[in-house]
Amino acid sequence: MEISKKDVDYVASLARLEFNEKDKESLTQQLGSILNYIEKIKEVDTSKIEPTSHGASGENFWREDKVIKSSQKTIDAIFKNAPDKEADFFKVKKVMDTEEE
Amino acid sequence: MKNKYEVVIGLEVHSQIKTETKVFCNCSTDFHSQPNTNICPVCTGQPGVLPVLNKKAVELLVKTALALDCSINKKSVFARKQYFYPDLPKNYQISQYELPFAEHGKLNISADGKIKSIGITRIHLEEDAGKLLHEIGSRQLDCSLADYNRTGIPLMEIVSEPDMRSPQEAAAYLTALKNLIEYIETSDCNMEEGKFRCDANISIRPVGQKEFGTKAELKNMNSISGVEEALEYEVQRQIETVENGGKIIQETRTWDPNEKITKSMRSKENAHDYRYFPDPDLVPVNLDDVFIENIKITIPELPEKRKERLIQEYGLPEYDANVIISDKALVNFYEDALNNTAKDAENIPKLIANWLTTELLGKLNNAKLTIKESPVKAEYLGQLVSFISKGTISGKIAKTVFEEMFNTNKDPETIIKEKGLVQISDENEIIKICQEAADESPKAVAEYKSGKERALGAIVGLVMKKSKGKANPQMVNKILADLLK
Repeated sequence: MEISKKDVDYVASLARLEFNEKDKESLTQQLGSILNYIEKIKEVDTSKIEPTSHGASGENFWREDKVIKSSQKTIDAIFKNAPDKEADFFKVKKVMDTEEE
Repeated sequence: MKNKYEVVIGLEVHSQIKTETKVFCNCSTDFHSQPNTNICPVCTGQPGVLPVLNKKAVELLVKTALALDCSINKKSVFARKQYFYPDLPKNYQISQYELPFAEHGKLNISADGKIKSIGITRIHLEEDAGKLLHEIGSRQLDCSLADYNRTGIPLMEIVSEPDMRSPQEAAAYLTALKNLIEYIETSDCNMEEGKFRCDANISIRPVGQKEFGTKAELKNMNSISGVEEALEYEVQRQIETVENGGKIIQETRTWDPNEKITKSMRSKENAHDYRYFPDPDLVPVNLDDVFIENIKITIPELPEKRKERLIQEYGLPEYDANVIISDKALVNFYEDALNNTAKDAENIPKLIANWLTTELLGKLNNAKLTIKESPVKAEYLGQLVSFISKGTISGKIAKTVFEEMFNTNKDPETIIKEKGLVQISDENEIIKICQEAADESPKAVAEYKSGKERALGAIVGLVMKKSKGKANPQMVNKILADLLK
């Protein structure tokens, strides 16, 4: 399967990444070769195999509905990982409600 | 013009599942907490953390799904929905895509006096996003402020089929859905607190056309009446657009409740590309029959069934039954009151319905109280109605007693005794009072005897005045008529 520079630009924009022309060139080739590899794998007949969603085995790993409050120390540490704060809030660049949830 | 087109509406409801903790971490879901106090490394998306599913959230979603006649997908997986927005610290939302917990349900609504079944496409579990503040009071900020207390709170997204044909049907569906969820107590459905939110897909097509028209998605409606208003506006807008030779474009529009119009939201150049894939951090869920059966037995009598029972068991008119089942607390109050009435009394179910829906609800409304906060206890209302039915007090005196019950929280028997309000039904005593009244009203008596039946009213009035309203009115009428023959 062919992958174009336009595809690379699109994927990069979805991931909020920027590349120079040279890197785009090599990414186009690398992504193309990965996709070719997938094409090869697709030749295997999987019609009798359930689709795999997870590598690890196991199911129904859940917990009881019991509150455990974070310590102030933990909350402070979370705020330290954020670019900016104001009062009790995380401060971010102004956004308008234009995107859906 | 309107009759040329058929309206097609489908609704997506996000209802907050009533759990103590978030869906993938142990943070509290309390609405009133200070900003950013119910947060932890998991819900703020710190590197290396692992989400663990809240079992209660799954149980309550399955309970809702069963009450909506859905089939439960035993095997279910979570998916990542990726997008960048500051209310979403992980840059992806954990949701479900290919294998939601439930599909193919239905909900009956009353539309134009008929029962209509609205299909439920699917119900899936997902986490809520955070809250963004763009202004403080009226002051516009030059930044946005994020509160992640809401991030990770469990939501059930209930998606309907495009089965509704008018804004009124959409409102009826939302009312019925909210009522049902309140009956089974899987969500508080508090719309002001955002615990029951609705987006609407709406399109029009010429009557008779099979294919759907291009739809618009409406957002930002904060009440059921808001949804109805927004849809009404959108029907008009779409019809006018098409009639003027324009084309409907697929877009998201936001409802402005002040201007009462929908506005196009700046759409991105690219269509959304969420790149869903199974979340590798969460293993699949496999619900067995025992799990589902154990939930099934916790489902109480649902509104529709309860309404049928009120009509059949108590002989209530459909209108009364509809009013009473519209709120679980109200119907519980009604049946509590009914269980506290004298068994031998007549017409009690309808009498209680009247007192409840007109007198009590009216007073509660004026006092801005809910039925749960009623100063009049259900059993006391039952007792009051028994006293009326047995003739201990007249309907008129009952209003005085009721007023006193509402103001003092006392039971009716105490009030009737304290105030000496017991109805006089002793024949001799009433004859005595009637005779007195007749003697004092020679003019009215003469008029009555000359054929003016209306003149009796004045004498009855005097009897009531003399007895302080306590004389049994039916007996007074009968005795006076006999006396003045």
